[in-house]
Amino acid sequence: MNGSDVVIGIDTGPPSEPEASARSWRLSGDSLFHGVAAVAAFIAASTLFGTVIAIALDSRLSIHTFGIWNFLKSSEWNPVTQTFGAFPFIMGTLISSAIAMVIGVPISFGIAVFIVEIAPAWIKRPVAGAIELLAAVPSIVYGLWGLVVFAPVFGNIEPWISNTFGKIPGIGALFQGPPMGIGMLTAGIVLAIMILPYISSIMRDVFMVVPASLRESAYALGATTWEVAWDVVLPYTRSAVIGGIFLGLGRALGETMAVTFVIGNSNTLSASLLMPSATIPSVLANEFTEATTKLYVSSLIYLGLILIVVTLAVRFLAVLLIRHLGRKEGVKA
Amino acid sequence: MKKNLLSVSLLLCFAIAIGALAVVSHADESSITGAGSSWVYPLVAKWSAEYTTKTGIRVNYQSIGSGGGIAQIKAGTVAFGASDMPLKPEDLKAAGLIQFPTAVAGCVVDYNLPGIASGKLILSGPVTADIYLGKITKWNDPAIEKLNPGLKLPDTNITVVHRSDGSGTTFTFTNYLSKVSPEWAQKVGSNTSVSWPTGVGGKGSEGVVSYVQRIPGSIGYVEYAYVMETHGSYARMINSAGKVVSPTLQGFQDASAHVDWTKAQDFYVILTDQPGADTWPISGCTWQILRKNAPKEQNMQVMKFFDWGFEHGQAMAKSIIYGPLPPSTVQAIKSYWKNELGYGI
Amino acid sequence: MRAVVARRRIVDVVSKTLMAAATLVGVFFLFWILWSTLKFGISGMHWSLFTQDTPPPGTDQFGLRNAFVGSLLLLGVSMGIGVPIGLMAGTWLAEYGFRSRTADTVRFLNDIMLSAPSIEIGLFAYAAVVAPMGHFSGLAGSVALSILMIPIIVRTTDEMLSLVGGDMREAAIALGAPAWVVITKVTWKAARAGILTGILIGLARITGETAPLLFTALNNQYFSSNMLRPVANIPVVIFQFALSPYTNWQEMAWAAAFITVVFVLALSVGARWFLGKVQVPK
Repeated sequence: MNGSDVVIGIDTGPPSEPEASARSWRLSGDSLFHGVAAVAAFIAASTLFGTVIAIALDSRLSIHTFGIWNFLKSSEWNPVTQTFGAFPFIMGTLISSAIAMVIGVPISFGIAVFIVEIAPAWIKRPVAGAIELLAAVPSIVYGLWGLVVFAPVFGNIEPWISNTFGKIPGIGALFQGPPMGIGMLTAGIVLAIMILPYISSIMRDVFMVVPASLRESAYALGATTWEVAWDVVLPYTRSAVIGGIFLGLGRALGETMAVTFVIGNSNTLSASLLMPSATIPSVLANEFTEATTKLYVSSLIYLGLILIVVTLAVRFLAVLLIRHLGRKEGVKA
Repeated sequence: MKKNLLSVSLLLCFAIAIGALAVVSHADESSITGAGSSWVYPLVAKWSAEYTTKTGIRVNYQSIGSGGGIAQIKAGTVAFGASDMPLKPEDLKAAGLIQFPTAVAGCVVDYNLPGIASGKLILSGPVTADIYLGKITKWNDPAIEKLNPGLKLPDTNITVVHRSDGSGTTFTFTNYLSKVSPEWAQKVGSNTSVSWPTGVGGKGSEGVVSYVQRIPGSIGYVEYAYVMETHGSYARMINSAGKVVSPTLQGFQDASAHVDWTKAQDFYVILTDQPGADTWPISGCTWQILRKNAPKEQNMQVMKFFDWGFEHGQAMAKSIIYGPLPPSTVQAIKSYWKNELGYGI
Repeated sequence: MRAVVARRRIVDVVSKTLMAAATLVGVFFLFWILWSTLKFGISGMHWSLFTQDTPPPGTDQFGLRNAFVGSLLLLGVSMGIGVPIGLMAGTWLAEYGFRSRTADTVRFLNDIMLSAPSIEIGLFAYAAVVAPMGHFSGLAGSVALSILMIPIIVRTTDEMLSLVGGDMREAAIALGAPAWVVITKVTWKAARAGILTGILIGLARITGETAPLLFTALNNQYFSSNMLRPVANIPVVIFQFALSPYTNWQEMAWAAAFITVVFVLALSVGARWFLGKVQVPK
């Protein structure tokens, strides 16, 4: 009866002392490992709820004071009178993200189609790699570049914008204002550049998984590249594409540093896109460490709660669409 | 080879992590943390750099705005909070705090007008208020031209820059505007953070100067040392005596000449729009705030630092145009410490 | 009929041009950003950045030593928290959870956390660590960063472990090895390249993250290695210096941004190169 018999598990009679302890050590080693792994998985899964609950708890004071509807529609953010309202920041967040989507989604689509359908083989990888590098640049560098390099250049373009678009009746008011270079529109543009890699890479992954037979039959029928992309590939991958768009939206809504540098930090709502504004993340970045009263801090956290609820809904839909509905389209989640 | 690389790199990471945690017990006895006003930051930075070489004690000051300074000292997360807005005696008492002044200085209006050198532009309180109210939108507005005969002002939009954070400089500036413009007093008021009718928000005085530097045709308000140190352009102002004055040490100190610090309870004094022929209209001061029930050792460290500043830092202060307090006030401050805390230096 | 064909051809040509233009726009901005970072970053580089601490404003000094050390500490502690949790959670998913409802739910939640806004995580770390402790600390910052890192490591570990062939596992079990030995000595080993890639990508993700540190680790103008107090770090220093009007500070902000970008790109490119050497059936 030697050690190797124990390890191999040959039944050599009732377990002797060394065998029994070896087996129980093995069993408790397994249970321990399993337990640790399960705890880790539980931690990973509960960070989502933990975040929301912790933020919700700390906004109780403000929710008590202002309620829900009043806080959402009030435009007054006044630390002096201790009256706080979220409306300008909600609008700022939504509008800057909307601009980012309007600019970013078509460009992302163009990039994805170009890489998958149009580009010759030798261009595909470098271009795809270059676009992915956009995601690797930290957001604070986007902010720095946006303020120091892009804003002055854009400030020279803005007079042209207010002269051409500002004159159009109806939407002209959107484009009035002094050419500061920074503001809502600049923030939207920088956000658009930031979300390009995310949306385009999901679109790209998804387009590539379209069965070759589908594409080839379309080409065989005489379809042009554009028609294949728009009428065959896109409808086939529709849910995952929408999921990718939601993912980009989620990123744009929550982006802090790039926006804080270039949005101009004005807590008043303005009609023009060329004027400074503020988003929930930017006001958190600017005012959090200096909030003087419990109500002020709680109101800022309340803003954070609104943001997390909105981004959670958006990201939930995004993951749902990409993973589960996209599964039927053969998308590798 | 790859396996060794992997093991080594993972080991390195865990070693850093463990090493970091092991160092955690390293106590920072020889440092105190303060936070608040960006107005006083250039002075505290200069004083603390010198103080460290002389005594080895590090004064770690974060310029986060007076609002932040007040919040942090109330929460007890710093040893001293600096605010350009003095707390009212009742508020001090309710929160268990004491405050004392540091030095007098002045807030100036800085601008970015290529071709118009520093000090050439002249503004008055009411006109400044109208610019910040958004009523005057172009540089060649008649109201501005009237104050600057002979100066060719461009037909560009004025970009107003204000503070985005809670700021004592904002308090001093809006306090002045409220005094000279009834419309401002009624519509906006005066505090460390207000509802600005228009403009872009910069974080800290640093942010305001930065924006003014970058945006042509912009206007902002900051403590004078910031304009000096960055070679910006400041505007001369018309004071309560009707005279055009420049920001000078004398001008700042004249603002406090009519005030008896020793008689003011908790040194609560406002220095804007004071009388005097050469008085700078937007003068102000910074108060250091301490918590009464903070550890004695910590409060002693803070008092020692500022006492050193009062004693040995006056030349440094003057070099960046911060006016020292009169000796009688410094004496009053030391007595105040003893009276309020029960101990002193 | 000919008109229809002609119209379709025009649409095709126009759209192809637009697609190419869109790609050019993306690549153009990438080069513009990288070029600016390179240009301003290099001109702000000085040897003293690594030997001196952050100087007061308005001087001619250049130093970022405390910020570099602080950032390394933050990253190290974040990895110390995030890698074990991420690794074990991913292992649970691949080796114990498989495709069960629970496991898929965990994967779903994890995917949602992959794109969590970093400022929200910062708020959570404030509420969970800073407020109870009563002051800012590097530890709170590391907690925030590790929450950002965990989803990435969980996901890559899960995927890489799932790829390990059943034969190797079965052979180990046949030899009588206990489950945890099979996992650690066989499966982990087989998937080590992929797991390491995940860790590198996670590290790249949290390097340069500023928002979660704004109200957790704060900043420190002096050299300090005490993680229970505010600690200097590169991203917040960039934030503060870039928005300042002092030339030495602005130059240092760019130099720090340049070094950060080089570091992150090296990690990302390195990780992808590493991954390229791993069998990944698509």
